[in-house]
Amino acid sequence: MTAVTARAVRQQQAGTPVELLGLRRRYGAVNALDGLDLTLVPGELLALLGPSGCGKTTALRILAGLEQPDAGRVLVAGQDVVGLPAHRREMGMVFQQYSLFPNMTARDNVAFGPRVRKQPASERRRRADELLELVGLGSHGDRYPHQLSGGQQQRVALARALAVSPRVLLLDEPLSALDAQVRAQLREEIRRLQRELGITTLFVTHDQEEALSLADRVGVMRAGRLEQLGPPEQVYHAPATPFVAEFVGAMNRIPGRVVGDGHVEVLGQRLEYAVDRLRSPGAPVEVLIRPEAVLPVPADAAATVVSRSFLGPVTRISVSSPQGGLVLADVSSVEAAALAPGTAVAVQLRRHPVLVRDPR
Amino acid sequence: MGAYFLVPVAAALEFALRGPNGTHSLAAFRDIAAQPELVPMLTVSLRIALGTLLITVALMVPTVVWVHLRLPRLRPLVEALSLLPLVVPVVVLVVGVLTAFADAPNLIKGTPAILALEYVALAMPFSYRALDAGVSAVRLPTLVEAARSLGANWPTVLLRVVVPNIRTAIVGSALLTTALVLGEFTMASLMLFDTFPTWMVRVGQQQAGVAVGLSVLVLLTSWALLLALSIAAGRPRGATSLFRRSS
Ligand SMILES: Nc1ncnc2c1ncn2[C@@H]1O[C@H](COP(=O)(O)OP(=O)(O)OP(=O)(O)O)[C@@H](O)[C@H]1O
Ligand SMILES: [Mg+2]
Repeated sequence: MTAVTARAVRQQQAGTPVELLGLRRRYGAVNALDGLDLTLVPGELLALLGPSGCGKTTALRILAGLEQPDAGRVLVAGQDVVGLPAHRREMGMVFQQYSLFPNMTARDNVAFGPRVRKQPASERRRRADELLELVGLGSHGDRYPHQLSGGQQQRVALARALAVSPRVLLLDEPLSALDAQVRAQLREEIRRLQRELGITTLFVTHDQEEALSLADRVGVMRAGRLEQLGPPEQVYHAPATPFVAEFVGAMNRIPGRVVGDGHVEVLGQRLEYAVDRLRSPGAPVEVLIRPEAVLPVPADAAATVVSRSFLGPVTRISVSSPQGGLVLADVSSVEAAALAPGTAVAVQLRRHPVLVRDPR
Repeated sequence: MGAYFLVPVAAALEFALRGPNGTHSLAAFRDIAAQPELVPMLTVSLRIALGTLLITVALMVPTVVWVHLRLPRLRPLVEALSLLPLVVPVVVLVVGVLTAFADAPNLIKGTPAILALEYVALAMPFSYRALDAGVSAVRLPTLVEAARSLGANWPTVLLRVVVPNIRTAIVGSALLTTALVLGEFTMASLMLFDTFPTWMVRVGQQQAGVAVGLSVLVLLTSWALLLALSIAAGRPRGATSLFRRSS
């Protein structure tokens, strides 16, 4: 649990750079990967985020050597590893499904990698106990997987992956089988461990909250390609494309129109928009606006509050407006007290560049 | 349901115990022990059984594992293929094996060793299903991938991860195979070999009580084995002291 143990566990890995270059993989008619380029900086935790079926798992499995690309290169520490079988790639992997060996105790599971590497019995036992200690299961070494909870099993799986001092840590939705509380807790722990050990880590998830809270950088994937790669704040606040904007976080799509020189008019207000291509003035568009950028204020106006749902610190209000249809707004729960359903409101928009897309 | 199985066994037992003039005695079972050919014949059959199950395990475990890992979509087809020996008449199997091994050295062709090869085919519907069920019960693909990413090569994966986790299924298919060999008559007699079952039939022609007594014994023994198996299999993992090996 302590930094001292972590330092003892860390051996020589100062963080390994990883590059995926032009990866392609087809399954029959499905293009699972369609020219994926991705670079991992040594020691960073990169979250690969995207909708189901966009190729996240395929990318991770190709990096692990469990799947072969049709085309493209995989460079680990500058060396091409395509063609190197999985068992010689020195990568630690944690799977979405529980994957502990049911016939072995937690300790033997963790010691499996060292054992395969023919380390002496006393040494691998010491290392297994150390790692179990590190993931907070020091006293559970003699338990079998079926005697451990789901969260505990994933901790053991993490310890097992770390036991081989991997050059890269690969996590494929390791938390998705767990309930919310355990998930949040284990998320923190993965983050702490990864920082202490400084292992380059690829974390695959379709949960945007997980990706944003955990990662140094987030890569958003769509249909086998990378759509945007950047720090969580950038992906959230400055989405590169409407797809990213809508996939990461909640998003309103409100009808508006272009009014020239990089501005749109929406809900009676003029906002600057990020110009992706030339649009002629007067063109109808959909304007993408985050709920937290929408401010309903009680007023003698045409919009009315339709419903109100309490989310903790913020409350999500849905407002029906004659020009905009249904608009979601996140307001602090204190302010929301004045916004009971039925209240007449004026909808104000925060001055912030917005993304637009063509109406469907 | 139970009566369907128990009545014939009870009737057989009663017949074996029947003495002259409606008396009952254990004479038949005493006669069994007195048969000079009992031990040699049983040895022949047990050796064939051992050969059969060794070949079966060596052949079927990698096959089933491979199908599960690499050709999961072909599972129904492979399963159907494994059932073929049930529908192909024994005579055809015999001729097939004889043709296939026509050029084999006499060591195989001229001894009961060749029976082991035929029994592997004959037992396939049972051994395949037992193994298939065992492999389906564990998440084999994930376990294998976990082991591979931890640095295990294929032989290590097979020995340390696959086999220990389908041990029960392997024992099960081995037992089914043994039971089959100890009861198979047609093929052995067509091939003109003397095995435990053919000997039993011969004895039966002279001393019916002895033969029936013997078959009841064989039946009860295989039941006991199957019972032991299902008890061992029913226990939770990690609690089976019977099979567990510490590493
Ligand atoms: N072994 C396979 N055989 C056939 N198609 C496959 C195979 N593996 C993946 N695919 C297809 O490739 C595409 C990408 O799959 P992949 O598992 O990489 O998606 P993912 O992003 O991990 O999705 P999820 O979030 O659902 O796990 C999907 O359309 C999937 O159906
Ligand atoms: Mg996936």
